[in-house]
Amino acid sequence: MNVDVQIPEEQWARAARRAAYGIRRRVLEHTINNNGGYLSQACSAAETIAVLYTKVLKIGKSAAPPVPAAFAGVPGHAHADYATGALYNGPRHADLDRFFFSPAHYALVLYAALIEVGRMSAEGLLQFNKDGSTVEMIGAEHSPGMETTTGSLAQGLSQAAGIALARKLRGESGRCVVYMSDGEFQEGQTWETFEILFHYRLDNVLVYVDVNGQQCDGKMIDVLDLGDLAAKLRAFGAIVYDVDGHDVEDLARPSAATGQGAPVVVLCRTNPCAGISLLQDRAPKLHYVRFKSEAERDEYRLVLQTMEQEG
Amino acid sequence: METVSRVHANNLVSWAKDRPEVLVLSADLTGSTEIDQFREIYPDRFFSMGMTEQSMMSMAGGLAREGFYPFVHTFAVFMYRRALDQIAMSIAYPNLPVRMFGFLPGVMTPGGATHQAIEDIAVMRSLPNMTVLECGDATDVESVLDVAQDVPGPVYVRMLRGEIPRLFPRNERMKLGVARRVCKGSDIALVSSGVCTEEAMRATAALRERGVSIEHIHVSTLKPFADPTILEAIAQTKYGVITMENHTVLGGLGTAVAEMMAEAGVGRKLARIGLPDQFAHGASQHYLMREYGLDALALVRNVESLVGTELGVGDEELASVRVNPIHSEAKAEAL
Repeated sequence: MNVDVQIPEEQWARAARRAAYGIRRRVLEHTINNNGGYLSQACSAAETIAVLYTKVLKIGKSAAPPVPAAFAGVPGHAHADYATGALYNGPRHADLDRFFFSPAHYALVLYAALIEVGRMSAEGLLQFNKDGSTVEMIGAEHSPGMETTTGSLAQGLSQAAGIALARKLRGESGRCVVYMSDGEFQEGQTWETFEILFHYRLDNVLVYVDVNGQQCDGKMIDVLDLGDLAAKLRAFGAIVYDVDGHDVEDLARPSAATGQGAPVVVLCRTNPCAGISLLQDRAPKLHYVRFKSEAERDEYRLVLQTMEQEG
Repeated sequence: METVSRVHANNLVSWAKDRPEVLVLSADLTGSTEIDQFREIYPDRFFSMGMTEQSMMSMAGGLAREGFYPFVHTFAVFMYRRALDQIAMSIAYPNLPVRMFGFLPGVMTPGGATHQAIEDIAVMRSLPNMTVLECGDATDVESVLDVAQDVPGPVYVRMLRGEIPRLFPRNERMKLGVARRVCKGSDIALVSSGVCTEEAMRATAALRERGVSIEHIHVSTLKPFADPTILEAIAQTKYGVITMENHTVLGGLGTAVAEMMAEAGVGRKLARIGLPDQFAHGASQHYLMREYGLDALALVRNVESLVGTELGVGDEELASVRVNPIHSEAKAEAL
């Protein structure tokens, strides 16, 4: 489908590219310092999440403390004042979008993005995966930027669909924007949800998918080939855009296509080594980076150095 | 004994009249879960989800986050077996007020192992934040909506449909965490739930005639399970305790009673009547209750064992079995 909405080159594109650079740099630095991290996810997702926060999402200023509060307990009768990570995405309003971050193992990327767009302080990332912190490795709904608990993949879209249906029932104009990974399309639940999105014409749902072709065991075509994902989604009644996941303008354009009687899916074709080509040496297993040796870690230190010099 | 037909179908419609925030979700079993009338009267609040149990449960969580009360209806097995992770992470973890109505508990369906929810209480009881209720008669079914709606978190209800006996007067309603005494006695404490309460009542009169007095308690709240009157009844008993449930003996009512007794240090013999750690098969409720030892005669045998004498009570002395027809106007299909 062609997009006729032309977004002129404005300040946001520059800001988005800058944020994408910052996301990669922060996640690389974190991975080096902690000898481990979801680095390839930062490489594939950087531009998409940067574009979501600088252009696509219609959200207000963060309503959360810049330095995340300590973990105060799970939701339950004993914790009626449970604080949601959604506060980092601003206050709720009928006209504003809601953001749902489904691949919770990308949390490090999300936290880096929140810092880059001024919603969390850099200090917050120091709490990552520390005992007693909300800045968890696999984020839950108390983690910065997260509204629902989505670590069990495919549940994010369904929960957002429920919220989208509720918003329709209340006549709200704000959308439910969901970020997903392509691996989630192996789950049956994802397709169940597309059946429901189609049946109830939930055109207030906008899904950005990181099509990096990677999953825990390796390349998706080897683990379980999804085939023509765009065609499958169209067959399920979605409006589908196939875009270069590293081109900020390409990424932003389809977001105007909501409200046409069907959910909108933006397939962001990405390279899991984008911006850090050294990662390619670890292919096909890119899911999680832990350095095999100090020498390898030094190689990555050099990449970080170069990145910082070049800006 | 009075029996009432399609109690939930009628009750839900009147109960939900002035509750616009109550939505009903169906997984392609609208007639079979008695929500067809609701669909006709409140089409805007009825959502057909087809056979998408996993997505339906997660979506129910999403709706509940927005202030709606999703009343999810399907057969019990398809809820907790097909969509347990979704119930756990999209509903129970965020402590959302989703009300799950699981129909055809235990051996109440000739649909066989695929349709028989025999370990649902064990599974749902072990989920943090979850409240578990079970209906045993028409009064329970009439009052369970109020009980569930007063709970701020998720509630799983083992539900009855079709022809249902009225064991408790209409004004002796179900209350959260409160068991009801069916009859008073001192020899044996009998704690039953669901359809087993009616079944047990068939035997208690005959047992009384043989000089065995039974303190019979009907439990409708399986979690939280802390009613002190249950423990008091057990502590006062002469011979011991019998639990009776339409569920596997592992993890359900019998287990809850055992845990309660052990934690309180109340040492009494305990016999658990229920499915003996095995799957069932497709046959009538009456047949299966006999086959797996869930019926009144099984209760008599357990009483004999605790008391230590044969009581000579046979089938002919037990109050007549109320056998529901397999095909009935009160049910959508024979399942």
